[in-house]
Amino acid sequence: MLTESLRESMFSAFLALLRRDILLAFRRRTELLFPVAFLLVVVSLFPLGIGPGPNLLARIAPGVIWIAALLATVISLDGLFRSDFDDGSMEQFILSGHPLTLIVLAKIVAHWLVAGLPLVLLSPLLAMWMNLPLDSLGVLIVTLLLGTPILSLIGSIGVGLTLSLKRGGQLLSLLVFPLYVPILILATAAVMAASDGLPYGAFLGLLTAGLVTSVTLAPFAAAAALKISLS
Amino acid sequence: MKNDKPRKNAFLMFIHKMGSPPWFYNFTGKFVPWLWAGFTVLTIWGLYLGLFKAPPDYLQGESYRIMYIHVPAAWMSMLIYIVMAVMGFIALIWRVRTMEIMAMNSAPIGAAFTLIALVTGSLWGRPTWGTYWVWDARLTSELVLLFLYLGVIGLYKAMDEPRKAARAASLLALVGLVNMPIIHYSVKWWNTLHQGSSISMTGSKIDPSMLWPLLIMAIAMKFYYGANLITRSRITLLEQDLRKGWTRDVIEGTAGEHKS
Repeated sequence: MLTESLRESMFSAFLALLRRDILLAFRRRTELLFPVAFLLVVVSLFPLGIGPGPNLLARIAPGVIWIAALLATVISLDGLFRSDFDDGSMEQFILSGHPLTLIVLAKIVAHWLVAGLPLVLLSPLLAMWMNLPLDSLGVLIVTLLLGTPILSLIGSIGVGLTLSLKRGGQLLSLLVFPLYVPILILATAAVMAASDGLPYGAFLGLLTAGLVTSVTLAPFAAAAALKISLS
Repeated sequence: MKNDKPRKNAFLMFIHKMGSPPWFYNFTGKFVPWLWAGFTVLTIWGLYLGLFKAPPDYLQGESYRIMYIHVPAAWMSMLIYIVMAVMGFIALIWRVRTMEIMAMNSAPIGAAFTLIALVTGSLWGRPTWGTYWVWDARLTSELVLLFLYLGVIGLYKAMDEPRKAARAASLLALVGLVNMPIIHYSVKWWNTLHQGSSISMTGSKIDPSMLWPLLIMAIAMKFYYGANLITRSRITLLEQDLRKGWTRDVIEGTAGEHKS
């Protein structure tokens, strides 16, 4: 049984950590821009490599934007627990008495606000570059809003597992990309269905289900992974 | 005086003993040759029936015979992943070292079966479908399965401390197991969405003369998995416990006389 005061203290710990992480991220503004710049560069490479034909670009737009978002997320994920692990804050979090799952969730939310949300905000520009029909832009934004948090959540498990490795970042992509397959399929299918004028509600429903499931389960797995890495 | 220690039943006792490295080593050493023997006999029998006795297929001719390698390998690739994840779960919860070792030694065997399934599949695909690779649902999920195996192996090899590495990789295997059905169904449904399913298994009714060799090969592959897994695990145990007393007894050949 949770007493009222305990619940309150857990909630305030959650908010304090969230605030701290966002504050820390904004102290290093240049680093904040790396995933965004990466996303822009990757997407701009596709017209250069494939050719500027507007129809072809429109056809591959959802896939290109989503794959670029996937890569940008994995690039930014490496920093999720890194600095706290290096300076010993992570041990303090575990010793603080608050559930590690809650702390992990706060860090994931902060990571998404700092690294995931900019990708969503940038998507209209990318859609314009890739000649995506305006009607499906709304669906693209919704899939990114539902999907990028899942990327951060599942990714946090991989980050937790590779934390104690020197070159964890390279292994991370191998660990998490297979787990990202369903999200990529659902999100791009939704946008393509919208472009073709087909119903897309089911895809968004499944993505929402994925979001709910991963919010519920991923923090526990990530906390377990962190404990193994710190042992 | 009466012994008031609660008596464990035989099965729990067995599980308990399997956690002890010397006991595990001696116990498995007794039947691992039989597993290898079973594998050899069944494979020769199954391959003989499959390659020489079974009639050629009326549509595919002789090329279908690769099925006797391909299908058992594909079955094993999925089975071993599940077994590995379950052993990883046991290792994570009860911290049984022999289980950690067994789970981690399952990964390379499973990855090898996955690779065999993919390679024989594409060799079979060339004469039947006219192409080595299609982004069919089955092929794609098998490929993703290979990536999952490689992730587990990669994580295990990347960490220096074997027990920590085994626990981390077991957790990854477990996460992969939860995701496997989701990946499988999303891929299946992605393919039907894009191009319509043009490939399915060659009919549900297989003639007994073709089916029997397949079943024998499937059992032979299970023997192979058991034999290979136990042989590998025994070696890993010896390597990890190189400085302990019981390994000295084993190496000096006095293991049987040692009371453990």
